[in-house]
Amino acid sequence: MIVFSEEQAMLLDTANEFCQNQAPRSAVRDVINAGTAMDPALWQTMVDLGWLGISIPESYGGLGMNLADAVPIFEAMGRQLMDTPLLATTLAAQVLIQDGSDNQKSTWLPKISAGTIAAVAYQENDGNWDLGAIDAVLTPTDSGEFTLSGTKMLVPDAEVAEVFIVSARLQGKPVWCLVSSESLESSQFERETVIDETRHSYCVQFSDVAVSPDDVLPLCQFHPFEMASMMLIAAEMSGGLAGVLEVVVDYLNTRKQFDKLIGSYQALKHPTVDMLLGSELVRSTVYHAATAWRENESASAVETAIRMAKCCASEQFSEAGDRGIQFHGGFGFTYDCDAQLFLRRALWSQYQLGDERYQRQKLGGLFF
Amino acid sequence: MNPAEIDEFRVQVRAWLSDNKPADPGFLLPETFMEVGTDQQFEFLRDWQRKVFEAGYLGMSWPEAYGGGGQPQLMQEIVNQEMAVARVPFVPNTIGLNWAGPLILDMGSEADKNRYIKNILSAEDIWCQGFSEPDHGSDLGNAQVRAVKDGDEYVVNGSKIWTSLGSYAKYMILIARTSTEGSNKYAGLSFFLAPMTVSGIDPTPIKKLTGEYGFCQTYFDDARIPADCMLGQEGEGWSVAMKTLMFERGAVGGQAGGLSMMDLNINDIIELARRATRNGQPAIDDPLTRDELTKLVLEARGNGLMGSKAKIPALNQTYPTAVAMSSKLRGSELKRKMTRFALSLQGANGARYISEQAMDGGKWQRSYLNAFSATIGGGTSQIQKNILGERVLGLPKS
Repeated sequence: MIVFSEEQAMLLDTANEFCQNQAPRSAVRDVINAGTAMDPALWQTMVDLGWLGISIPESYGGLGMNLADAVPIFEAMGRQLMDTPLLATTLAAQVLIQDGSDNQKSTWLPKISAGTIAAVAYQENDGNWDLGAIDAVLTPTDSGEFTLSGTKMLVPDAEVAEVFIVSARLQGKPVWCLVSSESLESSQFERETVIDETRHSYCVQFSDVAVSPDDVLPLCQFHPFEMASMMLIAAEMSGGLAGVLEVVVDYLNTRKQFDKLIGSYQALKHPTVDMLLGSELVRSTVYHAATAWRENESASAVETAIRMAKCCASEQFSEAGDRGIQFHGGFGFTYDCDAQLFLRRALWSQYQLGDERYQRQKLGGLFF
Repeated sequence: MNPAEIDEFRVQVRAWLSDNKPADPGFLLPETFMEVGTDQQFEFLRDWQRKVFEAGYLGMSWPEAYGGGGQPQLMQEIVNQEMAVARVPFVPNTIGLNWAGPLILDMGSEADKNRYIKNILSAEDIWCQGFSEPDHGSDLGNAQVRAVKDGDEYVVNGSKIWTSLGSYAKYMILIARTSTEGSNKYAGLSFFLAPMTVSGIDPTPIKKLTGEYGFCQTYFDDARIPADCMLGQEGEGWSVAMKTLMFERGAVGGQAGGLSMMDLNINDIIELARRATRNGQPAIDDPLTRDELTKLVLEARGNGLMGSKAKIPALNQTYPTAVAMSSKLRGSELKRKMTRFALSLQGANGARYISEQAMDGGKWQRSYLNAFSATIGGGTSQIQKNILGERVLGLPKS
């Protein structure tokens, strides 16, 4: 069952309009070439719209809505291939909301609502999707403080983030700890080359970084963080899939070969219909996942719904990107064709937190 | 009906079904009303329909004067739901109960209603449909069977195809060409409630890929049909046929109810995967088989979720008709994939066919072969993709 209220429909309209105006697809390459981590004016507009505080309680300066209400925003952004620190920051806020102390929440959540950028650093070098497989360690010192040591990979927007939430092991047990960017040197950040050129991804070295006990979160729940991340990434992917379909349909309706529009050839028409049905499927599973999350369904129902969405999105978006290249013929092989932007985004997203095969493995346990 | 009355009625229906559900007949029953191929199957299903009717559970909302129950439609819906849950056999007279019956009640004469309705419900008179023709599979408007007026009769010549229950039917809803003049191909068509018993009508069974019978090709050779069998006026056949299709597709209410086919869904496949063995272990425990099964569950649940999304206009702005127009394609292709997969769960026994030694008597093998009826009938999957590409995505015609 999918539930979608009038309010959510309005947010979807607003988000679509905003993203189309602020980030036309024709400007994606300019954003890549500019090389800057973000556009401050665009970011401020998003702050003013309240998007940074969607799931943050009103008592901490947010809008006090549900995280699932952010799904239409990420979908609209994905359609335009936007990349802003909104994803990283929303997920960091989510970790604080779920696992932080009152003090930590009141320190950081109002700042995040007002536009402070934050990021969760959880991935390590072995590419393991198991969030509990951590080598970074938090070691107690004689003075009652801690030191953090370890290397985190694929950390989003690290150059502009003011605070990181880092997963580590403390005496063998996993913990989250807060690290302010002020305690890091610029030499500790290294921009990574990732397949999706719109993304700003970093390797961050945490070498003997001092961490106060006040900055260790009282709880460390990887599962809800993983679920929240997958839900928002799948939403972005749903938008991306709709975007690549639009590009393909447009080309099939304009490009002629052998004196006929290429969309009249069934060899292209039929797989494009498959793309359409894939897009409809992914969107259905994404809004189903949002419904399960918002309605606070049982843990297994939420996990099933979200893994279904990530599974279908991974499979369908990467396939649509792949076919999108092929259907553009020789032009598709060039850097100038927009299809490559979508394929690269699809591949980046596919490998976040588990591709379709990984999700099916997990779903088998949930289904049977 | 108030909620307490609804619950009470549901309990009563459930009890009746549990007491009266027929025992396993010891032979394989057909899957749908289109697959009835032997006298044994037909008699068994006709007896079941009679029993359901006598208990008052068919045509519950049809007028009492003609043999119906005169009750709210909701009661029939409850019965239909409970029948699906109890997995009782289907009732065979689907064309009469759900297409011809509502049509006659809607636009037939008083005499028509008195003559036909009660016997439709009791399965005394079986009905069939004469729409498709051998040379015009899906192009109904182009029907070429000729009906020429001669006194108070029409003389009919030509042939119809895919006549389900043709060998058992007493009446046919028939679309025939009464005129070759007219502004367009539709103008010369007329609609008949034709008796199958007059001489010159010969329903010849067609052997299907399953090896069974179930359809006929019906030949008309100077068959003389009384002129008063016409429904609507001469030349109005197309609009009457369209009305029939509305009933057939369930777009308009008024059907007498009952199941028209055996249900087969993903849960049946999961259940089979637990029960069937591959190399000595339950098929579901084999990791590769399990992954394939997971894909099918995703597809099945995905179809359900797409139906749910289609009801929310805000989520269907770009391609508002995509889900509804693809539902036949998705549903029929999934069924084909599921039943094909069911064979692979059975190890070497996947190679068996309808026989005592086969798993469940060979019903899975037969189901797979029968699944093509839906991927081909009503416009093949390939035609569906053309339609979706052109009407939904706006691509140029092929």
